[in-house]
Amino acid sequence: MTERMWNNHEMRSSYDVVIIGGGAHGLATAYYLAKNHGITNIAVIEQKFIGYGGSGRNTAILRSNYRTEEGILFYDQSLKLYEDLAQELDYNLMFSQQGHFTLGHSTASMQALTTRAAYNRALGVNSTILDPPEIKKMLPEIDISNHPRYPIMGALYHPPGGIIRHDAVVWSYARGADQRGVHIHQLTEVQDILVENGEVRGVKTNRGTIHCKQVVSCVAGWSSEICKMVGIKLPLVTHPLQALVTTDYKPWLHHVVVSSTLHIYLSQTDRGELVCGNGIDHYPHYGMRSTLGFLESYAAHLLELFPILHNVTVQRQWAGLCDMTPDYSPIISMVDDVDGFYINCGWGTWGFKGSPASGWNTAQMVAERKTPDMIAAFRHDRYVKNRLVGEKAAASVGN
Amino acid sequence: MSFQLNCPNCGKRAVSEFSFKCEYMERPEADADFKEWGDYIFLRENKKGTQTEWWFHRSGCQSWFLVERDTTNNTDHKSFWYKDLKQKK
Repeated sequence: MTERMWNNHEMRSSYDVVIIGGGAHGLATAYYLAKNHGITNIAVIEQKFIGYGGSGRNTAILRSNYRTEEGILFYDQSLKLYEDLAQELDYNLMFSQQGHFTLGHSTASMQALTTRAAYNRALGVNSTILDPPEIKKMLPEIDISNHPRYPIMGALYHPPGGIIRHDAVVWSYARGADQRGVHIHQLTEVQDILVENGEVRGVKTNRGTIHCKQVVSCVAGWSSEICKMVGIKLPLVTHPLQALVTTDYKPWLHHVVVSSTLHIYLSQTDRGELVCGNGIDHYPHYGMRSTLGFLESYAAHLLELFPILHNVTVQRQWAGLCDMTPDYSPIISMVDDVDGFYINCGWGTWGFKGSPASGWNTAQMVAERKTPDMIAAFRHDRYVKNRLVGEKAAASVGN
Repeated sequence: MSFQLNCPNCGKRAVSEFSFKCEYMERPEADADFKEWGDYIFLRENKKGTQTEWWFHRSGCQSWFLVERDTTNNTDHKSFWYKDLKQKK
């Protein structure tokens, strides 16, 4: 007899909180609202199926070696929540803290990586700089010679970083929320958000109108369209990011490897496949199709690092949407003009690793109706107030 | 998704020859207040659908021009010069 992980429900005419977006951020928010704050009359509304967006399309890398104090503390909270998540949600998330390399190929990038290592250690995050022979000892297949176009000069090594099974994170948050009474409505599309006298009154969907006083938007790449419904313009541009996975090989790569100069990152799953990701596409787009150009440039760069991969077979390619912010930090914020509306977006290429802390703090913000200190720097209007949280050096590759 | 973008000077070329610059916005007056300039610099429509954008033919004729493009499919787009914007609107 099969057991359903979450149930389908009739849609109620009203909920206390409506969360738009059934990805890791929306479901984590629902889960922590129920678990930490006892608010269970919640609907999570998803236009496709849960995990359809970035939560199921990322390359599942977790780390907390960021550049700013706000970023480091936030992503470290997230990583610590991830460490206990399998136990807490009673689900095998296959979290492998195998260590994370960020390679430097220029004096400028080595300087940035050294600064990050120092900031990280000052805030209790394990990060250190390795020289090429030390890298070679841990990654024997890597080419540290001066033959490639961009020879390796060193790396930032972050031992607690690693990979996790991203679908299982989505499913286990969904199950945990469902067990506590949260309703998950898939194939439900938001058509409008009802606001009267500056207060949220409800959400109009293709399955009817829901009355509620609090709405949380957790729709990442689609945030600009949702926030327009309440008259908020965001500093976001939606770009696709492409990734690929190879067929399976015997275990040889035991750490996550990232190179921002070469625009690549890769890791090997427990099944033996190499999961490979790139920087964002160079123009904004809402489609999620793959290109040959990405495959060609990725392959060329990958072979500079690991010449032994000249014969691997690509199994499939895909793309996901990234809501890029100007400072490469997220937006988790209340809105002054619309009481009861909360924005959770700006997750660009760094969203999946932040989802537990994002859900934890968003839930606290919704329950207490005030901004927790942890996310105070991530307000949506920080851009026009000139209070950016610059993570460009740490949040992404090659942007 | 890859496609061929029409340059008003050179005709259809691979999109990889071009740089996307920004969605088109009216520039504030020089003496506009701080808020208006801040909004202009940072906030974007980021439209899912047809929007007007600045593009630059980086690996070609080096022209700046405008493109009206559907951000969901790219296939229906029109390229034109800035001087023709007013009569288009």
